[in-house]
Amino acid sequence: MGETFNNVVKKMGIPRLIISTFFVIVWILVFVKDLPAASLFSDSVRRFGMNGILVLAMVPAIHCGIGPNFALPIGIICGILGGLISIQAGVGGLGGFLLAIAIALPISVIVGWLYGIMLNKIKGSEMLVATYTGFAFVSLMSIAWIKLPFTHPEMRWPIGEGLRVTIALESTFGYILDKFLKIEIGTLRIPTGMLLFFAFMCFVMWVFSRTKAGIAMKASGDNPKFALASGINVDNYRILGTIISTSLGAIGYIVYAQSYGFIQLYQAPLMMAFPAVAAILIGGATAKTAKISHVVIGAFLFNGLLTISLPVASSFFSGGNISEVFRMIVQNGIILYALTQVGGGE
Amino acid sequence: MAEVNIENQVEEKTLGQRIVRTILQNSVTILFLIVCIGGIYASKLPVFFIANELLTRVTRNTFLVLALIIPVMAGMGLNFSIVVGAMAGQMAIVAVTNWGIGGLPGTFLAFAISAPIALLFGKGTGILLNKTKGQEMIASMIVGYFSNGLYQLLFLFMVGPIIPIAVKGMVLSHGVGLRNTIDLAKNGDGAPGIKYALDTATIFGLETKVPFFYVLLIGALIGAIVFAYRIVKSQKLHLQASEKNKNMINLIISVLLIICSVIVMFAPEMLSKQMQMLARLKLPLLTASLVLLLAGFNLIIVKTKLGQDFRAVGQSKHIAQVSGIKVNKTRELAIMLSTMFAGWGQIIFLQNLGILNTYGSHVQIALFAIAAILIGGASVSKATVGQAFLGVILFHTLFIVSPMAGKNLFGDAQIGEFFRAFVAYGVIGVSLGLHAWKKLMMSKA
Repeated sequence: MGETFNNVVKKMGIPRLIISTFFVIVWILVFVKDLPAASLFSDSVRRFGMNGILVLAMVPAIHCGIGPNFALPIGIICGILGGLISIQAGVGGLGGFLLAIAIALPISVIVGWLYGIMLNKIKGSEMLVATYTGFAFVSLMSIAWIKLPFTHPEMRWPIGEGLRVTIALESTFGYILDKFLKIEIGTLRIPTGMLLFFAFMCFVMWVFSRTKAGIAMKASGDNPKFALASGINVDNYRILGTIISTSLGAIGYIVYAQSYGFIQLYQAPLMMAFPAVAAILIGGATAKTAKISHVVIGAFLFNGLLTISLPVASSFFSGGNISEVFRMIVQNGIILYALTQVGGGE
Repeated sequence: MAEVNIENQVEEKTLGQRIVRTILQNSVTILFLIVCIGGIYASKLPVFFIANELLTRVTRNTFLVLALIIPVMAGMGLNFSIVVGAMAGQMAIVAVTNWGIGGLPGTFLAFAISAPIALLFGKGTGILLNKTKGQEMIASMIVGYFSNGLYQLLFLFMVGPIIPIAVKGMVLSHGVGLRNTIDLAKNGDGAPGIKYALDTATIFGLETKVPFFYVLLIGALIGAIVFAYRIVKSQKLHLQASEKNKNMINLIISVLLIICSVIVMFAPEMLSKQMQMLARLKLPLLTASLVLLLAGFNLIIVKTKLGQDFRAVGQSKHIAQVSGIKVNKTRELAIMLSTMFAGWGQIIFLQNLGILNTYGSHVQIALFAIAAILIGGASVSKATVGQAFLGVILFHTLFIVSPMAGKNLFGDAQIGEFFRAFVAYGVIGVSLGLHAWKKLMMSKA
């Protein structure tokens, strides 16, 4: 009995066990407190779909050896640019969504490529430099949002200069995936289209990781010296991984925005890398290994927990957003835990 | 090893090559000097305003920046977790404000309370950073975010039910959690709080806020005498040429400062109307002395056994271990000291600001302190007191002028604000990136 218990702990890892326990407790409390379970479940599924691809963007980064992509805001901003250009072009509906992705992809490939070259020059310090590169890029683009010549009335302030802080997507590609084959039973709503799209992206990533390039990329992340010895150009595969991660960040943000209903500019993308990193770590990934299953489990547990803990917490405590505090502790706690597992070697 | 190589190369090169080398090595600082001068010019702000604002900011921020130096010495890089120390400082401020102890007693009580809390936090951080060797900086940054969550848990949800707060005005209207802003000018009973307690202190009936240029004059006079004495002495000894040059340059700077201060204070008619105002600049002597004390501490500690241990650990953990230094303990101590100083630094900062932004005052301090010291020319492996001072001056000049410069150049003050955020983040990214790149190149060579 004790042995099987130890095995379970070992297999799941202590943090994942704690988070899962929390998840179960929170759900029990939903029923104890008689909160609207169906709509809470719908919300957590929606949040899971919204954030899924952003979490998926961590996989190629971890595979190719640059570690969790803390510079995810770079990819996100490429996605924002795609979205803005699509709105400016005036294409609505599914066309607008596809156009946004079609524009964001080449931008993110170029940006990711440049960024990948940079990362090859700073091997060993990727995580910290990535964080600050992301931060700096967000601030630089904040200047750009004031100055870029977009003219669509949805985007500009009615008076004054610059783009709005939040841009509504109601009239363009908002909810376009969510609405596709949507299931609605009472208060239970499942955004089927978005989940299908997420599943499709996961499948593509899974297929890629089984191709020759995918295996070579994984090898160069697992053991760069060995990969180099067997004739793999490690630097190129690191760049490839960075490009894929940045592109997934861009697509992920467009999917996120269509479900959220808004594009948020300026400082909004600043901290978006951390929840994604935390989610995949909760799913069971480490700074060196990641699987698609980690993405799905992590995104579901983390986002589910955050969505449900807010109403549950506020049924106990009045005032103050305790679930936000909870998010900060869980999110950064899990990243710290992962860091202690990487380092420590002397 | 590497440093020895560089010095040997310098000896061989001609003067021109040496100048080029110096410029390249200090490119970040020089770039900022140019940006700052351009910014001052573009902002069209009066000189007195900039100087006055700068003096305030240098006295209130430098202590925090100086808190970064010891961990760098111990090879742990830039300590992003000074945020944790700042939280300890704020906890102490909340305590003294709650008890209604203001003025100098309140401030020094806050120093006393924050020290043990910060040492404890520093110990925890140190243990954690020992488990993440090689990734200390990102780990210390995440420690900052993580403890911010705990800090909010403490002050948003435990104040009221668990931690009693006597002053009504400090607690949110529903009785749980501290308010977003706490006024430090007045305590609950209307008596003065700790605002300006250090800055405008009177000791034995003497005001400690004195004209800046008098202080500068006296300081420069002492400096001039010291350097002149050294030059005379060094002619007997056979010192290196670089050492002699250094003394000479310092002497010239001191003399120039003496001339400037004399002109400002005693011959204002030589200056334009704007420059005459400079005579009115006042330096809070007590705050400035605390800053100088910490600067002195950082300089003196290098000469002690402890300081040598820090440096030995910083240079090579392995060799330090072999020569009998307790590496992990030494590293923990470095972080503990840094955290304690950060707590005091935050109290100094907030007594000047006069308002505690309960959930925001501490959030950005690591970013600004680290950006400042890097702009001063420091790196992940080397940071000096001089770089801290120079960095604070340059970084805060940019801070003061960028909104107006942004407005004048681009018609939007917001652009200036985003620009300075970009600069703070960018300079950290670039400096750390360059450092990692050099390290990679060296390991390949």
